[in-house]
Amino acid sequence: MKIAVCIKPVPDPNHYNKITVNPETKLLERKGIPMVINPVDKNAIEAALQLKEQAGGKVVLVSMAPPDAREKLTEGLAMGADEAFLLSDRAFAGSDTLATARVLAAGLKKIGGFDLILAGAESADSGTSHIPSQLGELMGLPHLNHLIELNLEAASLKMKTKIEYGYAEYEGNLPMVLGVAKEINKPRYTTLMGVVAARNKPFTIWGLDELELDPASTGLAGSPTQPGELHLPRHGRKAELLEGEPGDIAGKIVAILRAAGVLV
Amino acid sequence: MPERLGAVWVIAELTGNRLTEVSLELLGKARALAAQGGGSHTSAVLMGNDTGSLAEELIVHGADRVFLIEDPRLALYQNDLHAFVLADLIKKHHPEIVLFAASYCGSELSATVAARLGTGLAAHCTDLRIDDRGELVQVVPAFGGTVLGDIFCRETRPRMASVKPGIFPKPEREATRTGEVIKETAAVLEGYKSPLKAVRIVRRQPPELPLEKAPAVVAGGWGVGAEGWHFLEKLAGELGGAVGCTRPALDEGWAQSEDALIGTSGKTVRPRIYLGFGISGSAHHIVGMKDSGVVININQDPDAPVFRISDYGAVADAKEFLPVLLEKIREHKEE
Ligand SMILES: Cc1cc2nc3c(=O)[nH]c(=O)nc-3n(C[C@H](O)[C@H](O)[C@H](O)COP(=O)(O)OP(=O)(O)OC[C@H]3O[C@@H](n4cnc5c(N)ncnc54)[C@H](O)[C@@H]3O)c2cc1C
Ligand SMILES: Nc1ncnc2c1ncn2[C@@H]1O[C@H](COP(=O)(O)O)[C@@H](O)[C@H]1O
Repeated sequence: MKIAVCIKPVPDPNHYNKITVNPETKLLERKGIPMVINPVDKNAIEAALQLKEQAGGKVVLVSMAPPDAREKLTEGLAMGADEAFLLSDRAFAGSDTLATARVLAAGLKKIGGFDLILAGAESADSGTSHIPSQLGELMGLPHLNHLIELNLEAASLKMKTKIEYGYAEYEGNLPMVLGVAKEINKPRYTTLMGVVAARNKPFTIWGLDELELDPASTGLAGSPTQPGELHLPRHGRKAELLEGEPGDIAGKIVAILRAAGVLV
Repeated sequence: MPERLGAVWVIAELTGNRLTEVSLELLGKARALAAQGGGSHTSAVLMGNDTGSLAEELIVHGADRVFLIEDPRLALYQNDLHAFVLADLIKKHHPEIVLFAASYCGSELSATVAARLGTGLAAHCTDLRIDDRGELVQVVPAFGGTVLGDIFCRETRPRMASVKPGIFPKPEREATRTGEVIKETAAVLEGYKSPLKAVRIVRRQPPELPLEKAPAVVAGGWGVGAEGWHFLEKLAGELGGAVGCTRPALDEGWAQSEDALIGTSGKTVRPRIYLGFGISGSAHHIVGMKDSGVVININQDPDAPVFRISDYGAVADAKEFLPVLLEKIREHKEE
């Protein structure tokens, strides 16, 4: 069974409080924030590794990202994936979800032969949840997102996806494109042996030319949406510190609760 | 006024045989956009089986027209079937703007249809408006809501956006409003054999007082700990409110279910009062509660970022402070 996992390097979500917008340039300032594999993409890698353990085969990582993403793909190889492809080209910069899906689809088609394509349900930075569905559409494959359970029986899949207040059950045949939610499994830890092995695993970088993509179909030029200005949300709270003994503070809170009308 | 300006559409969403609240919230926004010059009028699309009686509900909440597609194949939501029907309807009627619920199904459906039509889609919009040049400005959160960005879709039509529940107010019901119901068919599905099969949908009973309707939200984070959690339930009970939580508190199993999660992956709430305990103030959580009335937070770390987005803060150990507060409330009630 040949399984692809789409992974995205993102700035570490634990540091998002430090991200700000420069009031003059209106550009994002996120210096010093480390990059990590998008958290739920590790669940996608885990799901792929479990399927490989069950049915045999190969797990291939694919990412569209700048050249320095190599390190993150190598981390994925260290978890146990077999091979990685980095799709990287200046022409991809500014891609929205549809343009990103086009690049990923071109890479996946060129590698070819996949029985299953996995992704995370949402990225931590932009968090659109669009890619699994859009990739499925562009590849002409059935797709589902927010999977919380996945069972392979011969060439057919039994799946559960998350919905508000519950879940939906589906059946489908391979090949498919699936986005996994974090509930699906617990990603394994990387072993030292894995880290050593990762260095010798095949790693390929492809750009626009190798993917034979029309420059007008990707990057900013190929994106139906265009970004405008960035803003910081205005909170405008008075941030008053209540001081005193716990009993005094509790008394002040009771007064606030009464004023808000939730306590008579 | 361009003669052929299309409508602003809302894709109505069903839960069982009811419309979801967010469908109605979107209708209010759609009308506002049409009034600002974003479209000629407001239409809703209702896809399902045996759901015709809900068309009236859409009209009294702001739809001028309802496209009704009733077909047994649409009884259970399934992305390929619904996307085929919807993409076909869009090609036929050329709406300017199409709004979706950013629910699990709505996110999937909107992304699928956008890819089929090759048009732009902005996810989880927190604001939508028409600017001076007549462009639709779609404001989306990034980095868990730390930053907001404007998104435009200048060339392709329709412009599509998804919005989470609780972002826009639900319009008042106007019992005298009239509108037109236009029946369409799912003929586009003739001969299509889906590679997927929706087997069934399993839903829990939603809680009696859903978090998003509670006048008071008592929210707990990692700092409350397993041993402190029952105090939150008690406090919510005293205030006639509901308990909310952050992701770590859910992952630890302290919160009863994910219905309590507030933030990026959870609910958007705006209670009259939000009382948080042991919450650091990460962007992913704040984005779901920032529009609450009065915000109070208790945290033992005086430098916790959560204090900056609070009206009132107190530095205390949540587990020790909660019983003191409960005792004060009891004393107050006895007086
Ligand atoms: C894609 C993505 C989506 C996410 N979506 C959400 C979401 O929807 N909602 C959400 O909440 N999170 C979400 N998260 C997680 C989020 O980034 C934070 O990790 C989380 O909100 C932090 O929760 P917390 O404040 O409870 O825990 P922490 O950040 O660990 O903070 C605990 C706080 O408690 C204080 N504390 C400790 N002990 C005590 C005590 N005894 N008394 C008082 N205070 C104490 C500490 O000082 C600290 O400030 C998401 C993350 C990702 C990557
Ligand atoms: N640039 C990218 N390269 C590889 N995979 C991606 C990329 N962007 C998004 N994905 C995948 O799509 C999932 C959903 O992302 P998003 O649609 O951005 O919320 C992520 O969890 C990844 O698995």
